[in-house]
Amino acid sequence: VSATAWLTQFLEVLAALALAPLFLGWVNACRAWLQNRRAPSLLLPYHGIRKLFHKDAVIATNASPLFRMAPYVVFGAMVAAAAVIPSMGTGLPFRSAADAIALVGLLAIARVFMSLAAMDIGTAFGTLGARREMMVGFLAEPALLMIIFVASLISATTALPLISERLAVQAPALYPSLAFTAVAFTMVLLAENARIPVDNPATHLELTMIHEAMLLEYSARHLALMEWAAALKLFNYACIGFALFVPWGASLGEAGVLALAVSIPALGAKLAIAGVWLALLETVSAKLRVFRAPEFMATAFMFAVLGLLVHLLLGA
Amino acid sequence: MPPVDSPLAACLALLAGWALVGVAGLLRPASITFVGRVLFPLGAVLGLGLAIVALSALGGPVERATLAVGLPDLPMHVRLDPLSCVFLALLGGASVGVSLFASGYFRKGEGTAPGLMGLQYHLFLASMGFVLLADDAYAFMVAWETMALTSYFLVTTQHGIPEIRSAGFLYLLMAHLGAIAILLSFGILQGGTWLFSFDAMRASTLTTPWATAAFVLALVGFGAKAGLVPLHVWLPEAHPAAPSPVSALMSGIMLKTAIYGVLRVTFDLIGDPLWWWGLIPLGLGLATAVFGVVFAAVQTDMKRLLAYSSVENMGVLFTGIGLAIVFHGVGMNELAALALVAVLYHSLNHAFMKSLLFLGTGAVLHATGERNLGRLGGLIHRMPWVGWLTLVGVLAIAGLPPLNGFVSEWLLLQAFLFSHEVPKPFVNMLLPLGAAVVALAAALAGYVMVKFFGIVFLGQPREPSLAQAHDAGGFEKAGLAWLAGGCVLLGLLPNQVIAALGTATTQLIDVAPASAGQSWWLLTPLPERAVSYAPLVLLAVIAGVIAATFLTVRLVYRRPVRRAPPWDCGFARLDPRMQDTAEGFGQPIRHIFGTFFEMERELPSPLDAAPRYRVVVGDRFWKALYAPIAALVQRAANSVAWLQQGRISVYLTYSFITLVVLLAVML
Repeated sequence: VSATAWLTQFLEVLAALALAPLFLGWVNACRAWLQNRRAPSLLLPYHGIRKLFHKDAVIATNASPLFRMAPYVVFGAMVAAAAVIPSMGTGLPFRSAADAIALVGLLAIARVFMSLAAMDIGTAFGTLGARREMMVGFLAEPALLMIIFVASLISATTALPLISERLAVQAPALYPSLAFTAVAFTMVLLAENARIPVDNPATHLELTMIHEAMLLEYSARHLALMEWAAALKLFNYACIGFALFVPWGASLGEAGVLALAVSIPALGAKLAIAGVWLALLETVSAKLRVFRAPEFMATAFMFAVLGLLVHLLLGA
Repeated sequence: MPPVDSPLAACLALLAGWALVGVAGLLRPASITFVGRVLFPLGAVLGLGLAIVALSALGGPVERATLAVGLPDLPMHVRLDPLSCVFLALLGGASVGVSLFASGYFRKGEGTAPGLMGLQYHLFLASMGFVLLADDAYAFMVAWETMALTSYFLVTTQHGIPEIRSAGFLYLLMAHLGAIAILLSFGILQGGTWLFSFDAMRASTLTTPWATAAFVLALVGFGAKAGLVPLHVWLPEAHPAAPSPVSALMSGIMLKTAIYGVLRVTFDLIGDPLWWWGLIPLGLGLATAVFGVVFAAVQTDMKRLLAYSSVENMGVLFTGIGLAIVFHGVGMNELAALALVAVLYHSLNHAFMKSLLFLGTGAVLHATGERNLGRLGGLIHRMPWVGWLTLVGVLAIAGLPPLNGFVSEWLLLQAFLFSHEVPKPFVNMLLPLGAAVVALAAALAGYVMVKFFGIVFLGQPREPSLAQAHDAGGFEKAGLAWLAGGCVLLGLLPNQVIAALGTATTQLIDVAPASAGQSWWLLTPLPERAVSYAPLVLLAVIAGVIAATFLTVRLVYRRPVRRAPPWDCGFARLDPRMQDTAEGFGQPIRHIFGTFFEMERELPSPLDAAPRYRVVVGDRFWKALYAPIAALVQRAANSVAWLQQGRISVYLTYSFITLVVLLAVML
């Protein structure tokens, strides 16, 4: 493993940590513009996180150590996930330690700990949020796994950087199976990141919220870590999407520093477009009733399975 | 008899030791101190010995012996080969934790006397060991029946309760239906030689229809023991009825004897299974997995929830077996080895995880006297040891890396990923869809486990009496810690485990999984395909990031932590009953998988002064399958009942007619 590979690995994790709040700010800004509002500062998420870190933490009287531990575990899992996703280059040294299935596992760790922490205080909203989060998760997780499966079948490996590399070097053909899975992936991304139509990131209307309901009891540095982890999750999902569906631009394999330098603006461009696309999707769709969310997720799962079938039928 | 210093003799001696420990309990049957503090720890030591002997014998030669017991002309044969070694190690290793826990578990005045309980418990262990060693149908069936009977008595420990009596009866009935199917399977396997040793069965060749019949009968017989749908109905009744250490043995270990049996019959006795046989356990396994986990999600009794989760895991195991048969049948032996290793690995994992969880519920049951999830909550404060050790099991069974449940799931998914290469049209398109079902079941298992842990250990206590709950005693903690340690080690050292399991796959299909012996930390099950997993690295990275984050936050932002009451949204009368109940947490599943359930609901009207909500979720199989069969049996019994006249003269007439008929036939 070359020094460039380690550099890529290091830069990638650093970029994820640093750019995740910016990406969130960008999506929010785009959404505001599309909705004819004045956009908040792109840097607002950074300010929020910084402000939270400087506050006194308040914790419920009956919180267990699990509650204080959870933000660190969730954050740790998200950073580890960022280390497996080839956002800039595919020659990551960490890629043999955790493949795409382990990546899904890492995302599951975050989800389970967040839900357990939400149940820890024992308020009605906390448990409600935990239940809904797990409800969305148990359909989203297999859907994501099936999406990765389709890509794995095309590229004969489950290591995400290798999948991305093999997809990138193939002639740019339109895979019908990937088209199905791209739809499924978009749906999973929206659901897993608490975006409209499944959840509303801006809501504090108690009866409809999922993600926010789980965080109600968190404050100060714990909340900052949770919010940062949520931003990282959105960033990670976006980068998984790039790795699977627009793998071009990332530096491939053992390519040199020059390719790495090219990959940084490429990532920036992809993120900028993804932000607009996300904001557009959120603007044109309406929030679903919570009971309809399973249907949305089941549709995503079916699309992913359909993608798998299409691949097996057509071999493409 | 085997030579005294051989591993086989050591195994037999350890099993005999278990039996003796059990019998010793009869010396002072009422003494909890003697049985609990002396005999059960001794049983744990014997279990540890068995695990060590079995592991050290793994690479050794196959040993066989003929015992001087049994019927005239039909002595018992025993044999120690890698497959038995793997399962003996599972039995020994997991039983250490259960026996340690049991040492501190039994209390005065709980049903059967402790000495008698100790006898049944240790005979149960010994009979499971003998099932794994038996090398002829006679010895196997004797051990199998002893296993069923001892566990029946253990299930009905609290026989004063009618539900437990009927659960025990159902268990006994299903166990015997299964045993009949296994017996018939052996009857076919001897292939007209009338020799019932397994060696004779290996040597005999069967025509395809007969071999298929033997396979199907074995699948039915062992499937009844494993709780394969639709033969699962006894499992969620019987496993929770038993005392918790016994539930742990039954779910953790006894179910694995069914896996052992299927593997033994299919790959060893029949020898070369046809590829399409695999589709039967594959389909049934997938159905069982989803069925089990969906039902687990709606349970309100913590032990029933775990029992349904066992049904799910058995489904996953049968799925793996089916996949292995398909791969083996079409000659893709490398992938067959991968699927088989996934099966053996998951058996081992499930033995540790499920025993741990059942013991955790046992500790909770003792501390609170409650099994109903709706009356628990907040126990992590009162019982930190039990809570945190159970959390390890919960995370493991939810399939989260880097714990053990993830590894076997990962191996199975990898095997599925290449199932499209099976050179059979249509089947190669349907097989990969199985992965979708396995993934769905695994994700639902996460849901179930969050429900289980969150409602029992987190939140606020739902009853005031829970404030008196106390943590488990020393023996109980040791038992839980042993099993939790097993979960962690099995998760972190997959290569070492796979190298050990590889000896069994070599025995069964002549191929060892390629990963064994390549690297001690990087798992690469298929070298020419770029798939790998390194749990130690993953753990190091996560732990490193967590530690770095924690230290940075601590160093830079040293603001104090204040405690305050939870936020009540301005509604100042929050109480613990406003938390989600078990029914509430299961609601989305009832909503989404409504067609699975037989549901009975009572909804309150908005005007009710004392609103009551009640929901009963039942199994459709009862009405659709079991009730008609029961009615049929009843009708058949009634229609022959007229024979029973209750007058001696009539019965003498029957004897006379029988004799005349027999004479007529003979002459």
